[in-house]
Amino acid sequence: MKLKSLLGASVALAISASSAMADVTVKWMHLNTDPGIGAAWDEIVKNYEAAHPGVKIEMQFLENEAFKAKLPTLLQSNDPPHLFYTWGGGVLAAQAETGAIKDVTEAMDADGGKLKAVYSPALVNGLTVDGKIYAVPYQTGLVSFYYNKKLFEKAGVDAASIKSWDDFLAAVKKLKDAGITPIAGGGGDKWPIHFYWGYLAMREGGKAAFDAAKASEGDGFKSEAFVKAGADLAALGKLEPFQQGYLGTKWPVPVGMFADGKAAMLLGFDSTTVQQHTLAADGKGLDENDIGMFPFPTVAGGAGKLTDTMGGINGWVLTKNAPPEALDFAAFLTNKENQTMMASKNLIIPAAVGAGSAIGQPLVKSAAEQLAASTWHQNFLDQDLGPAVGRVVNDVSVEIVSGQMSPEDAAQQIQDAWALDH
Amino acid sequence: MGIQGKLPVLVLFLPPALLLFTLFVILPMGEAAWYSFYDWNGYGLPEKFVGFRNFELLWRTSAFTTALGNNFLIILVSIVIQLPLALWLATMVSNRIPGAVVFRLIFFMPYVLADVAAGLIWRFVYDGDYGLFAAIASMFNVASPYVLADRHLAIYAVLAVIVWKYFGFHMMLFIAGLQNIDKSYYEAAEIDGASRWQRFRSITLPLLAPTIRLSVFFSVVGSLQLFDMIMPLTGGGPSNSTQTMVTFLYTYGITRMKVGFGSAIGVVLFIICVTLAFGYRRIFMRND
Repeated sequence: MKLKSLLGASVALAISASSAMADVTVKWMHLNTDPGIGAAWDEIVKNYEAAHPGVKIEMQFLENEAFKAKLPTLLQSNDPPHLFYTWGGGVLAAQAETGAIKDVTEAMDADGGKLKAVYSPALVNGLTVDGKIYAVPYQTGLVSFYYNKKLFEKAGVDAASIKSWDDFLAAVKKLKDAGITPIAGGGGDKWPIHFYWGYLAMREGGKAAFDAAKASEGDGFKSEAFVKAGADLAALGKLEPFQQGYLGTKWPVPVGMFADGKAAMLLGFDSTTVQQHTLAADGKGLDENDIGMFPFPTVAGGAGKLTDTMGGINGWVLTKNAPPEALDFAAFLTNKENQTMMASKNLIIPAAVGAGSAIGQPLVKSAAEQLAASTWHQNFLDQDLGPAVGRVVNDVSVEIVSGQMSPEDAAQQIQDAWALDH
Repeated sequence: MGIQGKLPVLVLFLPPALLLFTLFVILPMGEAAWYSFYDWNGYGLPEKFVGFRNFELLWRTSAFTTALGNNFLIILVSIVIQLPLALWLATMVSNRIPGAVVFRLIFFMPYVLADVAAGLIWRFVYDGDYGLFAAIASMFNVASPYVLADRHLAIYAVLAVIVWKYFGFHMMLFIAGLQNIDKSYYEAAEIDGASRWQRFRSITLPLLAPTIRLSVFFSVVGSLQLFDMIMPLTGGGPSNSTQTMVTFLYTYGITRMKVGFGSAIGVVLFIICVTLAFGYRRIFMRND
């Protein structure tokens, strides 16, 4: 009894103490489900709160698709989050247009651009709309091919020799002949297949083709490069490179298949090597030394370079009425020290200049180096082109690779969707 | 009691219901009708007036026709397969035979389950790698089918789940209807030497007609509302082959941030619902 009342009193005291201290609450909305990142963030929040008495960081979680669907309503409600995740691109531009989010250019440029200097310029650019910066850069990413060294060896495929799309198709055939599923694919989610169409379009047309299409010049997304990209993808589809039933699978399934050694390749994120452990059937997955990577091959006669990269650009957006502490925390979360800490655990490819050198995992490090040397970094198309055109790209990518749509029709559909919005 | 006597009751009881109905039903409908004439992404206020363009686009989108077709297919399957099945089971378990209550409970169980849970369970059942279908296929040593990844099969897989999920509900309706039929009709028919089929055709069916009409009505409305089971099961895919009107609205209106276009879908859906519901009630349920 005595113990109970004592406990009650101390709980009451703790509550009153914390509510008296927390003058400002920063509401931070994220969609992270990775336990490693969660733990790192908890540590950062703890440090920040300790250094800033009176400020409380409240994490709010929404699942990826729910987040995207709910955000427009949330931003216009009376209780929007102060800080939320962004992929940049067309969605960020739409948000910026409404005035629901904060222009942080001034804060970035203050003190001779002290804050801006923290981040890699490519990322700051990626989060800039019409000359104004709308997000605090957080991380970047690279999509490339990951392969199972043992399965490649078994089929007699040499990864180092895969330079062109034709080499790649030959490798797929060889793997298939050896009775190995060449690629794990996630057609149910659609966006994993859009990486193929996107990269092929980059390789065929280069930056110039994208710039022209976005400026609605010439034939736009109907131009030759985009039709060719579709034809290249259709050629891959004809070989039936994916596992059976790939049209119904969501992303964790192909990563798990790759981890279980049931497929030789995966076109995936830089986090693949680390993430495959948790998605494997046995909880262990492949030995990291048995995984290799190679960049998306080039196409014969294409304008794109092997060093042109595709991947995410992520940052934290502040809403219009966010307290100054929200920006302060976003800057703290992404400062060199904390980004170095997260990089040292191989959790992210950081946005802060110099933090990337802390990455220990060789493949993640290699991805970071390729990004640093990138000749042109293209954001995911389903983000960059805006949600409407982006989803059409996702849809037609799946249709092309499964032989349901001709490359010409696909290009036409994308161009139609683009013309509707611009 | 004239209007005079009813007035205080009206004044007291009507406003709350009317207010709620206006606020949450009439107003959003009006808003959707308004938005449907704009190209709007959900941010700020709709400003870009596009006339009937959203509706024109709708007719040109092949996924819309597929969704509409699927909705009618669901209604058809409900009437041709689910209804007779429910009726047949109802005639069996409404008898006072041992174990009838247990069977009633078992048949009704799928209906109690949340739609999302049912979708997830069946996604696993249909899974070609680790699911029940895979296990059965490996038992017979045949190639495992990937029904949810097949454009032509997926919709039938979805239909099977729909029948499985809702036949129990219709069965319960029929049981209630059957219990209202006077047993003396059957006794008289039996004395006159009527066969089982004659008794069913001449007594059960006519007297159960109001319940059957109600059951069909629920099937129609249920089909047009179907959403939360499809999303976890197929998400409308592959290639939009399992899209229904509402999943189509969600995929093309909300996730693409085309609220204007989504509203146009909503308006069309609303017109279809109203026409079907009122038309059906006028024609078939006049005397019920």
